[in-house]
Amino acid sequence: MLAFIIQRLFQSVLVMLTVALIAFALFNYVGDPINNMVGQDTTQADRERLRQDLGLNAPFVVQFARFVGHAVQGNFGLSYQQARPVGQIILEKMPATLELSFMAAFLALLLGVPMGIYTGLHRSSWGSQALLAISLVGVSLPTFLIGILLILIFAVLLGWLPSFGRGAVVHIGWWTTGFLTAEGWRAIILPAITLALFQMTLIMRLVRAEMIEVLRTDYIKFARARGLSNRAVNFGHALKNTLVPVITITGLQLGSIIAFAVITETVFQWPGMGLMFIQAVSFADIPVMAAYLVLVGFFFVIINLKSPPPARCLRVPCRGRGGHGSPTAICGGAFAARR
Amino acid sequence: MAAQPFYSRGMSNTEALLKVENLRVEVPTRRGTLVAVDDVSFDIAPGEVLGVVGESGAGKSLTGAAIIGLLEPPLKIAGGSITLAGRRIDNLPYEAMRRIRGKEIGAIFQDPLTSLNPLYTIGRQLVETIRTHLDLGPAKARGRALSLLREVGIAGADERIDHYPHQFSGGMRQRVVIALALAANPRLIIADEPTTALDVSIQAQIIALLKRLGRDHGTAIMLVTHDMGVIAETAHRVAVMYAGRIVEIGPVRRIVDRPSHPYTKGLMASIPRTAGPRGRLRQIDGTMPRLNAIPPGCPFSPRCTEALDRCRRERPDLMPANETQAACWQCAPVAEHANA
Amino acid sequence: MTVVAASVACVIIGAALLAPLIAPHDPYDLASVSLLDATDPPAWLPGGNWSYLLGTDNQGRDVLSTIFYGTRVSLLVGCSAVLLSMLLGVTLGLIAGWRGGIADTMIMRVADVQLSFPAILIALLIDGVAHSLLPREVQTRITLYVLIAAIALSYWVHFARTVRGSAMVERSKEYIQAARVIGVHPARIVIGHLLPNVIGPVLVIATINLATAILTEATLSFLGVGLPPTEPSLGTLIRVGNDYLLSGDWWISVFPGTVLALLILSVNLLGDWLRDAFNPKLR
Repeated sequence: MLAFIIQRLFQSVLVMLTVALIAFALFNYVGDPINNMVGQDTTQADRERLRQDLGLNAPFVVQFARFVGHAVQGNFGLSYQQARPVGQIILEKMPATLELSFMAAFLALLLGVPMGIYTGLHRSSWGSQALLAISLVGVSLPTFLIGILLILIFAVLLGWLPSFGRGAVVHIGWWTTGFLTAEGWRAIILPAITLALFQMTLIMRLVRAEMIEVLRTDYIKFARARGLSNRAVNFGHALKNTLVPVITITGLQLGSIIAFAVITETVFQWPGMGLMFIQAVSFADIPVMAAYLVLVGFFFVIINLKSPPPARCLRVPCRGRGGHGSPTAICGGAFAARR
Repeated sequence: MAAQPFYSRGMSNTEALLKVENLRVEVPTRRGTLVAVDDVSFDIAPGEVLGVVGESGAGKSLTGAAIIGLLEPPLKIAGGSITLAGRRIDNLPYEAMRRIRGKEIGAIFQDPLTSLNPLYTIGRQLVETIRTHLDLGPAKARGRALSLLREVGIAGADERIDHYPHQFSGGMRQRVVIALALAANPRLIIADEPTTALDVSIQAQIIALLKRLGRDHGTAIMLVTHDMGVIAETAHRVAVMYAGRIVEIGPVRRIVDRPSHPYTKGLMASIPRTAGPRGRLRQIDGTMPRLNAIPPGCPFSPRCTEALDRCRRERPDLMPANETQAACWQCAPVAEHANA
Repeated sequence: MTVVAASVACVIIGAALLAPLIAPHDPYDLASVSLLDATDPPAWLPGGNWSYLLGTDNQGRDVLSTIFYGTRVSLLVGCSAVLLSMLLGVTLGLIAGWRGGIADTMIMRVADVQLSFPAILIALLIDGVAHSLLPREVQTRITLYVLIAAIALSYWVHFARTVRGSAMVERSKEYIQAARVIGVHPARIVIGHLLPNVIGPVLVIATINLATAILTEATLSFLGVGLPPTEPSLGTLIRVGNDYLLSGDWWISVFPGTVLALLILSVNLLGDWLRDAFNPKLR
């Protein structure tokens, strides 16, 4: 067991270093960092001096080590676009993304689990079939389309909710929260739903599939044979056994919520880290991009460290139409986009 | 409770506890309706152990499932009746049947490993079952659970009651399963292959346990198995099933020593014997027909060495033969036989 | 249900393939496009024009025609990406499954690590980084290839995994051992004997991945790191139209959006059906 943990840790460090390497390579070798930082009029001599001062003439390994050292402290240099420390920009944007992500996760669970239980218990009812059909659509529609649709209906046509931005926020220390203002709440609804929708679908299908599997087991049969009430069998025994793997998988999914936040933030102009990255890409703002890379890598490494190996052989029916549930392996990444 | 003399179907003066009459279980498929249990009738008297023996797929487990009301759709009871202590139970609504399950009829299944919920302690599972059927407070229920555990032979019950299923060995788990089945003191227990998944040495213990409990509590047992040895040890009467029908039924000694039906004869002959001259192991040629390919007439006729013309045309019902009842034209009175 | 899906898919794909022939206008022929016609609503609404059935976009291009061409591009990218990732994944999977040992460990390690990240994020990162790396002039020309490569690189893992598993199973079977004993060259064994036996599930995965690839491409284009407006896919069209959503010119993004949704949905359903058809347990 200990060996396993150590192996995992080692693997994680390796991944982080690789990510850092890629980020660093970006940093230093895309265009000329000096050119990106100074104006056109700066003389060659000044550029050389700047290069020396910044240590850009040192050997690769030294520069890399310095980069890693800085990165660990959260220092990623200055943004090309905004000319201020990247770390500061990230701290500014992080609360927005985190609040959005948690809200989405919360919604996904709140709605997904009960729907999954319902469709698992009443497999062939009309309600179940309807929910499953809708979920199929939810899985097929790209997130950004859903966002656009919601904006169209609720912001443009009905005018009930804002179509972009975060609304008024309250500063608490370095954190900014939109939860303390009515406007903030109104602003977070559409993006949160958009982000939550496919997670919700995934959770619903997962819970349903697990539930159906569990209801087929011998211990459920035996429980019924002992005359336990439906309530005791379904909610006492079946539910508990269903939720155990579901919780594990949902934990893994939190990572993909943060990833998909990129899309949602773009659609809704939500000022979070995802939007920051997209803007950095269009501006070729390398430091910001590198920082995002490292941050995301770090985040996923942590998530995967805490959870068992990405459900490699957890053959869970996820795309089963009409309740047949042909098993499909959930492999963390490959199908995440689709789910 | 002393053992009472037991009688064949329809001839008891003690009222039968369970009466199954012309039970028919069907399953509709895309290619037509298949009959899994065909016109099965038998009685079980209070405290009696009825063995139900036959190959896999003969319909033994389905009969048990039908009795306790746990047929999985699309399987359904399509005919006949099941009566428990004079009351019909095959047509009861779900809730009424649920109250009977566990309280009047208990069940034990084959695999003790999967019969218990791995996430709950056995104590919790016991107490839950007890309190569902008996009006006892938590403390009293736990007390009863403890005495049940001791009764089935679990040492150190006081500690082990709070253990999880995976902390028990296979034989111990089956004892827990038996305790659970007995929790509400049912009058009939349907034991579906209770020893098949266990080691041979443990099998003997479990069988002995079942026998003892049956005697002590006066519980009737319907013991479904394909192991003739277990039947010979434990049952009072035996019903032999083939292709969804009972082909012979009678007291266990008769069936074992002097079977009348050719299939039963084949079964007995194929049991290896350690005593006496050892020739080649006998077997019955062919296999039991699948549900969608049951031949007309007697279902055993294609494999029967004594088959008559009549056997292939007309299906025999159970008829008296040599102190048992057998569904075989060979056993028909000589006069009828001459006309065949 | 599948019949509906199949026919919808066929219609869309057919239209896309025949785009140059049946599109009413060529939206990329600058001569035929006039700014005067910009942002005209669909034909049945006031201000609409029947020669521009679904309205025009901000540059005066006929939305219907752009949809035809856009679908073409979307399909092109989707299919190429899947083919490429299939090639990559199957090759690596065969190597890993056949050779075992170090090659296997290394390939699977990489696969594991990659699997801990959502595929779309990987595609986004690769593509986004590539975008900013390339100087502007080169960018528009090779964006297509970068996009295809990015998507392919994020989805090879599933192919590799499955093929490796099958390869390992088949490797120990007697017909393979027989071939080795006879002295058939390993490459021939792998391609001639092993490959046909593991190809079944691969095809199913490919179909399922097609929908995902199309979705990924659309997302990346929407985010601005995919195809440019001069050679748009459905995602790009939606992106362009998004800016006009708030001013009420909804048709520029809604129509491409609908077509995209229908395309993905029908490919999904087809993939499902294919998978069910190939699943021996359901027969």
